[in-house]
Amino acid sequence: MARITMREAISQALWEEMERDPKVFIMGEEVGLWGGTYAVTKGFYDHFGADRVRDTPIAEAAIIGGAIGAALTGLRPVAELMTINFAFSAFDHIVNQAAKMHMMFGGQMVLPLVIRAVGGGGRQLGATHSQTPDAIFAHFPGLKVVAPGTPADAKGLLKAAIRSQDPILFIEHATLYQTRGEVPEGDYIVPIGKSTVARPGKDVTIVTYSKMLEISLKASETLAKEGIEAEVVDLRSLRPLDMDPVIESFKKTNRAVVVEEGWKSFGIGSEIAARIYEEAFDYVDAPVKRVAQTEVPLPYNHTLEQMMLPKVEDVISAVKEVL
Amino acid sequence: MAEIVAMPKLGFDMAEGTLVRWVIAEGGEVAKGAVLAEIETDKATVEVESSAGGILYRQLVAEGTAVPVGTPIAVIAAPGEEVKDLPETGTEGGAAAPVAAVEEKKAPDEKTATAESAGQKAEAPEVPAAQPAQVAPEGGVLRASPLARRIAQENNLNLNQVTGTGPSGRITRKDVEKALQGAPAAAPVKPAAAAAIQPATSWAPGAPVPADERQPIEKLRSIIGRRMVESKQQVPHFYITSAYDVAPLMELRKQINLQLPEESKLSVNDFVVKAAALTLRQFPNINASLTDKEIVRHGHVNIGVAVALDSGLMTVVCKDADQKPLRTISREVLEMAVRARAGKVRPDDIEGSTFSISNLGMFEVEHFVAIINPPEAAILAVGSAQNVPVVIDGEVKVGMRMKATLSADHRITDGAEAARFMQTLAGFIENPLRLML
Repeated sequence: MARITMREAISQALWEEMERDPKVFIMGEEVGLWGGTYAVTKGFYDHFGADRVRDTPIAEAAIIGGAIGAALTGLRPVAELMTINFAFSAFDHIVNQAAKMHMMFGGQMVLPLVIRAVGGGGRQLGATHSQTPDAIFAHFPGLKVVAPGTPADAKGLLKAAIRSQDPILFIEHATLYQTRGEVPEGDYIVPIGKSTVARPGKDVTIVTYSKMLEISLKASETLAKEGIEAEVVDLRSLRPLDMDPVIESFKKTNRAVVVEEGWKSFGIGSEIAARIYEEAFDYVDAPVKRVAQTEVPLPYNHTLEQMMLPKVEDVISAVKEVL
Repeated sequence: MAEIVAMPKLGFDMAEGTLVRWVIAEGGEVAKGAVLAEIETDKATVEVESSAGGILYRQLVAEGTAVPVGTPIAVIAAPGEEVKDLPETGTEGGAAAPVAAVEEKKAPDEKTATAESAGQKAEAPEVPAAQPAQVAPEGGVLRASPLARRIAQENNLNLNQVTGTGPSGRITRKDVEKALQGAPAAAPVKPAAAAAIQPATSWAPGAPVPADERQPIEKLRSIIGRRMVESKQQVPHFYITSAYDVAPLMELRKQINLQLPEESKLSVNDFVVKAAALTLRQFPNINASLTDKEIVRHGHVNIGVAVALDSGLMTVVCKDADQKPLRTISREVLEMAVRARAGKVRPDDIEGSTFSISNLGMFEVEHFVAIINPPEAAILAVGSAQNVPVVIDGEVKVGMRMKATLSADHRITDGAEAARFMQTLAGFIENPLRLML
């Protein structure tokens, strides 16, 4: 199995799906001639041509609105948002149009739409370009939200997303593109809506996803040296949310820490904690702890920015608090 | 037809009860058996259930008011029914409530009231303010994780006897598991270590010491205090102590518990309750109470078992314990103790005891003496079963003994009778198979 970067894994998934199905096409800012802001679609323009790799104006509402129209008429658009922060400009199209149409019109149309959006902080892009608003989008029924934490999952989940009949927001973390991992070649599919145990353990359950998977796994290694075996569950999809591995793990460990990059209030950790209390109350031996971003607009200054984001040490101390 | 709910009598000697809190407001719907109010007796806070369904037409007693047993406290009426001839309560607090309620209803008309009429209004009797401080004699919250509670329940373990080592003293799985293994949960060592080591080196004149803490006396605490003073001052106690050979009992209990599911294992105290009950059947003069004029020898043998609470203690009553099999006694006492600790005690749980037992065996005490629970004639204080040197056939051997001390009221019984009681009790405790027959 090849060890490739997440960028290459995503690129591979797109390439393979475009080769497989002529209805798949890409649209977004700088995706064509420039090859993508994060170089994911480098070489696509030359190979697939301008019709299937379409550069758009800087107008997110138009990108998503256009993609919805294309999907309704039978194509399979993969729309790219340079950052998920720009999704707010297309918010109505995403949550009020894409998420609703199939059910609102009695299933008359399907919407095979993938919105790839780059999320997360840590690259000194300033408060308005560094957010992790995943929970906001996961709030809406009708919109699937996927956020891989490994190159293999990125490839498998993106291929599953492109083949799905539903609108899907596919969130790629800006600082994970260079992360390497073993990725199966060829037709590798990871089903959407399945959480997975990324690291087995017995003492505490760490629930996380995306970039925070990396942080949580690092924390687990340090904890293991102290004799604390954390079980790390990677959610991979936020909607549909698969709690089975979380509950199963929690019934074993009786303690949980949820690690997310977004803000704590009304966040992913709140949802996971609530479900644990609802579904496994009699197994609770300590309050579920949430690790999240400090609740301020993320500073530009590198040192300050790093201080605000959840760190390995934050996870370690949270685990020790619940033990 | 309107139905009158009266202050219930919850025990031989209950004269009055305090209405602590109305659960249903006037005009509120009540189902038959629904909780109307909480009342406080000498022993506990209990819930008063409605004897009929309908609308709570009128509360006759204000919160915080004490009224004699049998006093009407509420009127339940059919929806829409007008009730005339409301009963009077005859106590100030009670009478004040309806008047105050009328005042309240008038209030909207008085929005334009002048200073003069406001002055008049000030003369109207005031509703006694609700006294939340009295509501809960339950004491502090027992901190335990849901998991710890579940494991404790499954294993029939009393969490009050487990030391929590989690944050704020929370009892967690680890503590429960330790307790179940028999090892006392590791208490936070800091205070003890600090107390043992630091004073000699760190004390200096003028060094800061913690200020005195002033703790308001809680209701249950004050009731216990009043009753114990009454008993110790008025009842001429005398004491008889015996040591019982409990090796056969401990062995029998072990054998029985091997057969029983975790949640219904028998405690040593269950055997003692049964043994005392059977003995009392033969000693009607000790299964007795004293009134002003006479000694009442009770027909029922109802054993009160003292239960430790965070805020004091309470006696739950196992009725007709001489008639009941051990397992029934065990289950009943456990269920009542759980309710008592949760502050959910039922009137029936605490009324009608004819004799009491206080067992501190779980705390490694050799023996102790208890204060009689008036108007009962006696109380049995039970210590721990301990391995002790005993002389058998002129040789010192290891034996298992448990000491018990009877405190008895000399106005009812005398030393010889009490001593015979202890001898007869020995016959049951030392031949525990007799408890199974």
